[in-house]
Amino acid sequence: MRLVTPDIGTIFWMLLMFIIVMLILKKFAWQPILNALRNREQSIEESLRSADRAKQEMEKLQADNEKIMAEARKERDKMLKETKKTGEMILNEAKNKASEESKKIIQSARVQIENEKDAAIADIRIQVAELSVDIAEKILQEKLKDDKAQQELMEKLLKDVKMN
Amino acid sequence: MEGYILKRKVISYVLGGLLFLIMVSAQTTQQHETTPEEITTEEHLEHGEADEGFSPSDFVFDHILDAYEWHILSYDDFHLSIPLPVIIYSDTKGLNVFMFNRFHHGHEDYKGFRFESHGENKGNIVEILEDGSTALPRLDLSFSKNVLAIMFSLILLLWVFLSVAKAYSRRPDKAPTGMQNLLEPIILFIRDDIARPSIGEHKYEKFMPFLLTVFFFIWFNNMIGLIPIFPGGANVTGNISVTMLLALFTFVITTINGNRNYWQHIFNMPGVPWWIKYPVPLVPVIEIIGMMTKPFVLMIRLFANITAGHIIVLGFFSLIFIFGEMSVGLGLGVSVLSLAFTIFMTMLELLVALIQAYVFTLLSAIYFGMATEEHH
Repeated sequence: MRLVTPDIGTIFWMLLMFIIVMLILKKFAWQPILNALRNREQSIEESLRSADRAKQEMEKLQADNEKIMAEARKERDKMLKETKKTGEMILNEAKNKASEESKKIIQSARVQIENEKDAAIADIRIQVAELSVDIAEKILQEKLKDDKAQQELMEKLLKDVKMN
Repeated sequence: MEGYILKRKVISYVLGGLLFLIMVSAQTTQQHETTPEEITTEEHLEHGEADEGFSPSDFVFDHILDAYEWHILSYDDFHLSIPLPVIIYSDTKGLNVFMFNRFHHGHEDYKGFRFESHGENKGNIVEILEDGSTALPRLDLSFSKNVLAIMFSLILLLWVFLSVAKAYSRRPDKAPTGMQNLLEPIILFIRDDIARPSIGEHKYEKFMPFLLTVFFFIWFNNMIGLIPIFPGGANVTGNISVTMLLALFTFVITTINGNRNYWQHIFNMPGVPWWIKYPVPLVPVIEIIGMMTKPFVLMIRLFANITAGHIIVLGFFSLIFIFGEMSVGLGLGVSVLSLAFTIFMTMLELLVALIQAYVFTLLSAIYFGMATEEHH
């Protein structure tokens, strides 16, 4: 039992015990512990990666959402614009049609008025003619009441014919 | 701020107390120069009861060397120690197994064997030859104090790591708790900062069981060795047999795992001029010596560091008894200083315990790495 001389007894017993303990620990402690640590590291890494992926997906989804929203908004604007345009068009058309119709009505009214006027004028003309004939007849009857007047007229008329 | 002032106060009180005690003890020494104490010591010597007084070297070596019994405490004539089995094989007497207390602390011979308490073979069991002379027996496989301490530490190792392993299987992929929490960073440190960089990503796994076992064996034994009471206090990692076996493990594993590249570097080092390899194999001889020195240095480093730490602590304690023999007061005065230094040394030893375990493991891993390194 000296300081720097190796002792065969200690070496023998320690060799025996140390190897047995190392083998037991290897099988039942180190391998399970190291495997568990590796598994945990992998699972943590996996979780982090999947969380990252989920985050990315979320971002993508959000971007998609925004895009869809923007598209929808654009669509809505377009539809509104179109509707407005259509409405205006319909209104214009209606206006046009109405004005045309009114024009037509006025035209036909005018034509009718013209016709009526013409008819009225013609009627007046006939009446005026009849009236004038009547007047002339009356005048003649008045004028040619006596023979002398008839004579005079005869002469005058004959004179005109002679000259011819 | 308040805590700082308090600390300074405490320190100044302690220092003042120390100075006071030293002064008082110095005075008492002067007063007691010729007291009846010395006469009584002389009387004791005449009776042959007491020996030559306190011997620091005996005190130190009794504590750091291996023994056939585990001495726990002594008070006057009362000695409490655990006797351990003596297993001896000698050419003439064959295999003998008996408990160490048969020797009655060296006062009696047993079965033709004697426990030497003096002389060349001090502390060993010797065989009494026919002509009355004594010699060391052929084989002494006694289950000594250090063996018991090794067994204790290995059982502790088993208990700790089997329960930790169970915790891993019970709660897979969960955060560690309790003991797991304490040991997991160390296991990860050995894996990620010792084995991986030294041996390489692809080969380190093979060496992990040895590296972990060696690290925790050395660390646990270093720590247990710092505990002064049973079952601590055995100087296991400061025992040359233990460190030699550990270094031999490293050497054997390195040699077995040495690949073509490793042996080529030893026997035919590439890149050096041929004439220092043939016909005089200068480089191979140096390389082979280097192969041997590596484990040798591992053995010496651990042994010397731990033993030195123990010797320093025991030296401080010896001071108490050396001065105590001069005068009780001086002994008391010195004891305060000794205690302060011992506490400081123990703190340092706690650090050394971890560092030496780390260094041994790291160097082993580096040697394994050298043995398995591929040519590049």
